[in-house]
Amino acid sequence: MKDFALMMIGAALVNNVILARFLGLCSFMGVTTRIDTAAGMGLATTFVITVSSMADWAVQHYLLDPYGLGFLRTVTFILVIASAVQFTEMTIKKVSPSLFQMLGIYLPLITTNCAVLGVALLLVEGHMSFVGSTLFAFASSLGYSLVMVIFAGLRERLALAQVPRLFAGPPIGFIVASLLAMAFMGFSGISTG
Amino acid sequence: MSSSDYKTIAKDGLWDNNGVFSMLLGMCPAMAMTTSATNGFGMGLATAVVMAASSFLVAIFRSRITQEVRIPVFILIVAAMVTVVDLAMNAWMHELYKVLGLFIPLIVSNCLPLARLEAFAAKQPALPSFLDGLFMGLGFTIALTAIGAVREIVGNGTLFADASLLFGPSFKAIELRLLPADTGVLMMILPPGGFLVTGLLVVVKRMVDLRAGKEIQMGGAHSVA
Repeated sequence: MKDFALMMIGAALVNNVILARFLGLCSFMGVTTRIDTAAGMGLATTFVITVSSMADWAVQHYLLDPYGLGFLRTVTFILVIASAVQFTEMTIKKVSPSLFQMLGIYLPLITTNCAVLGVALLLVEGHMSFVGSTLFAFASSLGYSLVMVIFAGLRERLALAQVPRLFAGPPIGFIVASLLAMAFMGFSGISTG
Repeated sequence: MSSSDYKTIAKDGLWDNNGVFSMLLGMCPAMAMTTSATNGFGMGLATAVVMAASSFLVAIFRSRITQEVRIPVFILIVAAMVTVVDLAMNAWMHELYKVLGLFIPLIVSNCLPLARLEAFAAKQPALPSFLDGLFMGLGFTIALTAIGAVREIVGNGTLFADASLLFGPSFKAIELRLLPADTGVLMMILPPGGFLVTGLLVVVKRMVDLRAGKEIQMGGAHSVA
């Protein structure tokens, strides 16, 4: 139990998907202009990462490993992720039409969010159990959502600031992200054993 | 297509519409794999090969790919090309393959190849598409090498360190030490340095464009993918 807790803190904060592993940067720069869309995107991505990691674990252990098809991993995983995104879209449409309206155009784009494929590939390399890998995926995506929301908050303030013309837009965003990454390096003091 | 069109394709890919500094696509490998100029160069070349090959394939089959399923088909074509590059690098450039690791399969979900397929290869004949993929990929290589070089020089005082280890002994000559050992700013090699250098290099490109009297692109093509 303690191992799992430490692993989850490590995945969410110390080795944060965005700020330490550099995954999912396109959505990090793309949909963080407002807090509510960033939070919605974080929520949907959390769901997709968790579901697709479970499916990818099963595919890896019951299909690719027994038949020696390891070289097809990239192709199969991206198919599984595309299906998981479709499934998420259908579920959200059924369960919460209002959230679906809000996220509408962003949902299909989760397929090409490299955080999803990245986490799935990290799990295969980590050789974890089913429970362990599901918790790792869930914690990683929570860390992703956290950073998305924090960065969206910073950018809402940044929109009001006077920025030199050459720095306006993405460059100042990168510099703010750099400071945020420095702050998150403080977490590396936590021993995740 | 006349030769001036090819010139435009080359100029667009290498500088005017540079994938990283202008369109802000493919940011993940551009920051994760640029702890040294050598890594950035290797990562860029792998991406360039995938882009040239998949642009060529999509252009050949473009009349057969229907509008509704084009995105999944594009992704699968890119995934197949990535698998080829992945296996080839594992066999013949194993040292480099070990360094780049996770980010070789992740070329699949890099937005830059997909963006070029959608914007260019889906509408143009095979040869211009191949060149567009190639030059966009080479522009990506230049960007990654530049980010890697700045981070390596400031962070470690070296340039192209370990190039002979990764690409073969003939690259020994380009390994340089520009600052004495132990003077580097470690922060530049760590993640914050990646964000900082990328942001500053985007500003540098804007300054150069402004000097040349061109419009500077403020937002970048914001594909959220």
